[in-house]
Amino acid sequence: MNFSEVFKQSNQLCKVSPDGIYLATCVQYRLVVRDVNTLQILQLYTCLDQISHMEWSSDSQFILCAMYKRGLVQVWSIDQPDWHCKIDEGSIGLVASRWSPDGRHILNTTEFHLRITVWSLCTKAVSYIKNPKACFKGIDFSRDGCYMALAERRDCKDYVCVFVCDDWHLLRHFETETQDLAGLQWSPNGCVLAVWDSCLEYKVLLYSLDGRLLSTYSAYEWLLGVKCVAWSPSSQFLAIGSFDEKVRVLNHITWKKIAQFEHPATINNSKVVVYREVEKKSAPGNEELSLDNITLGSPVLSSHSKYEIHPTPVQLPVVRPDPDRANPKIDNMASVIWVWDVQKMSLEAVLEQTSPVRCFQWDPRCSRLAICTGNTKVYLWTPAGCLSVQVPGDGGFQVQSLTWHCHGDPLILLGKEELCLCYTNTDTEDK
Amino acid sequence: MPESSSDVKDLCSSSGKCQTWPLTGHLDHSPLPLHTKSYMLTNFCTEHNVPECVTHINQEVFSLGLPPVWTQTDSTSDMNVVSVLNCMYELLQLHRRGIQTLEKMEMDQLKWSNNVDSLQLSCTQLKEQLELSKRENMGVVERERQLQLKVKTMQNCLKNEKEETHKLQNIVSSRASQYNHEMKRKERELNKLKERLNQLLVDKKDKRLAIDISNKLGRADGKRSLWKTEKTEAKHEGEMYKSLLRDYESRQGQLLLENAELRKVLKQMKKDMVAILSSKRSIVKGDKQDHSAMEVDSDEEEEVIYSCQESADLFIVHSQEKLTNSVRRQWRRLKNYVERLDNQDDIKDADAVPRETSKEMGKMRQEKKQCKDSIEKQQHLLQKVSTQCDKETSDTTADDSHLLQEKDRLLDEWKSLEDQRKSFERERKNFTEAAIRQSQERKTFEEDRAMWLKHQFLNLSPFADTKTPQRSKSQCSFQMLGETQPIRASLPEKPIVTSPTPGYRPSVSPSTPDLLHTLSLICENSSSKPKRNEDAGDASFLAAQQKWWISGDNHSGLMLTREDCGSI
Repeated sequence: MNFSEVFKQSNQLCKVSPDGIYLATCVQYRLVVRDVNTLQILQLYTCLDQISHMEWSSDSQFILCAMYKRGLVQVWSIDQPDWHCKIDEGSIGLVASRWSPDGRHILNTTEFHLRITVWSLCTKAVSYIKNPKACFKGIDFSRDGCYMALAERRDCKDYVCVFVCDDWHLLRHFETETQDLAGLQWSPNGCVLAVWDSCLEYKVLLYSLDGRLLSTYSAYEWLLGVKCVAWSPSSQFLAIGSFDEKVRVLNHITWKKIAQFEHPATINNSKVVVYREVEKKSAPGNEELSLDNITLGSPVLSSHSKYEIHPTPVQLPVVRPDPDRANPKIDNMASVIWVWDVQKMSLEAVLEQTSPVRCFQWDPRCSRLAICTGNTKVYLWTPAGCLSVQVPGDGGFQVQSLTWHCHGDPLILLGKEELCLCYTNTDTEDK
Repeated sequence: MPESSSDVKDLCSSSGKCQTWPLTGHLDHSPLPLHTKSYMLTNFCTEHNVPECVTHINQEVFSLGLPPVWTQTDSTSDMNVVSVLNCMYELLQLHRRGIQTLEKMEMDQLKWSNNVDSLQLSCTQLKEQLELSKRENMGVVERERQLQLKVKTMQNCLKNEKEETHKLQNIVSSRASQYNHEMKRKERELNKLKERLNQLLVDKKDKRLAIDISNKLGRADGKRSLWKTEKTEAKHEGEMYKSLLRDYESRQGQLLLENAELRKVLKQMKKDMVAILSSKRSIVKGDKQDHSAMEVDSDEEEEVIYSCQESADLFIVHSQEKLTNSVRRQWRRLKNYVERLDNQDDIKDADAVPRETSKEMGKMRQEKKQCKDSIEKQQHLLQKVSTQCDKETSDTTADDSHLLQEKDRLLDEWKSLEDQRKSFERERKNFTEAAIRQSQERKTFEEDRAMWLKHQFLNLSPFADTKTPQRSKSQCSFQMLGETQPIRASLPEKPIVTSPTPGYRPSVSPSTPDLLHTLSLICENSSSKPKRNEDAGDASFLAAQQKWWISGDNHSGLMLTREDCGSI
């Protein structure tokens, strides 16, 4: 495994372009664009204020830089460095800013979620969308970029608006049977919209593209409900994680539960491979790490004292399941990652880290999971085995988050103020 | 009678010791037992008071209902003894009866007293029991009372709890509705505020709200943007429905494929099951055949339907149902069959296994026989081939094989020749032994003859001395013979004579001419004798011997050749 040199970044803003050629990072108020392979600086842009949010357009031609404090959005072009664009929301403030799927419109969410302003870079036209809902995930674009679903709250009722991203024509507008809509997500094939209620009530509604209610799913009542929802990339399954420490998987034909994954404190299944991170201190000042495989059935893990129960705040709902895998993270067992096999609908592996997991992400190309726990190591899991790598760094590179390159190979590790690329071409996985 | 009693008392007092007499109807508390027979004789009657006593006794007897003892009408003052005795007897009877009744009464009294005692005992026991049960009853009653109290308290508690839960539920629901109302109210307020804020901001006409772009960009897809019209809206709708339909169609296609696959698998399974069932079943059941025929027909139908792709959904559904039903039927039959097989195996385990094993054994034996036959045949063939090879010397394709055959042939010849030699050796041995025996016999015969002749000569002719030197010669020869004979005789003892070593041959051969010579001499000598039979025999013997020796020489020549052969 090779590591690149460490670069500076701020605000955890480091994104690879959708075509995989460029790597954009923000350092305070500067935007640095590098080539992914050579890491040479290709472009350098200066914004007016500290950049709060940065996003590539879908055609990898433009980068959006939002400065929430100032209420400004600046757009930069890769091809034409002289081209500039600045959007000022004024006193109405700016809370969120994003690209539209076609890469020519910018949607700004104003303060207090008063409205969403749609700026067109083609026509300089402005559109407004009123009453957007301020919830966890109130906007979602379909994967093909044709439609946008927006949650709206009007007169104490929840509505869903479906827009055609072409000309922002309101295609459908329907009320949902939720008490307090918490989020919505398109299925990867763009035909079904999953809508879920807030955690006070367990309710997941499935709407067709044309606004018909296909099905309602509610596992139980009177307890805290849905925490996170994820579609399988083939749109065949919908995984619902809830506060009762269970994940329920629905199928796309009947929208009924086909599997339920539990996360008990003691695992007695002998087919599960459990990896436990063990730290060894061989020499003073040097921390070495080794991973032990522990197959189960032994009473070692049956005692509760082995797990540290961390009542951490809700973190990182990165659940992007592979076609074969689903992996939820549970807050009270925040240092444990559970990997489930969706083909067999059973638990595949459990990874127990020494510190709470901060971020994990699947490799877009293969079944490989990268994990970071806030220390100087990055962990990789594959069905073949588990690996932990020390990130080389002078002052100790604390890996706070990570992202994969869209083609899978370099893994981008983000520390507090620095970033580093990890090349896994020549990785040797050993058990 | 008081008077009588007083009289008696008077009488008694006058006498001294007196005994109170038990009187009828007058029971005294006499301390004395009543039935004691030891009466004390009292002086009731003396010589002076006889008439008074008589009258008294008369009175007593009369009171008892008995005839009087003495009547005054009697002439004499003497008592009538008979009446007195009768009276006494009657009195005794009365006494006895009285005693009997007394005894009875005593017995009765004892019985009654016993009864009374037992009854008293039982009475006390029962009283005690009664006391106990009374106490228990009291205890039980007490407990019941306490339990009832408890029950009452529990019921009260339950009631209270129920009321509480009702209250709480009411509270909760009321609070929920309250909160909902409040939330809605607050939301409305918020909306109002938002609108107000919006209005204010919009009204302010903030100039800073602007976009500053150096130049407009083209559309991402390069097309020109269209006006928003109904057409476009309809187009959007149409596109949306198209995408939905596409998705449904793809899903349906996948499901159809899956369905077809599963149906194929089912058909295959059914075929296999039918095949298994029909092959295993020994009894051919007409029903099953009909069924299978029916199923085959239905299958054909299905296939026809499927291939034709008729759009009538009912038809396809119906055939699908048929297929599943037929598969289920077959599966049930197979299950029953397997269960029956299991049962049969359990029952006929002992029989089946040895039968099978015996069958297997028979098969194996047959196979063994076949193998053996084939092996024998092959052996015969090989032998034939090998003999043919020996015969066919000219028929050789390769030099190596020819040489090998030659070698084999020669080896065989060698073997045969060795055998022949051995046999010859044996014969020779026999012949030598025979010759030795013959010679020994001859010698003995000659000796006898010589002795006889000698005797004859000595006895008959005066020319005994002249013949003696001849005789001495002959004697000498005979002696020589004798010498040689014993040597000859001893020779057979030596094993060297019979050994077929070629080295010995030359050593033996010189001695044999001597023998021949001596034998011929003897024959010459003997020829002069009148015994011609012997001569003929001897000559023939000699000739035979000569022949034999020649053959022996030949044999030795053969031996030499054998040796030559062997040296190759």
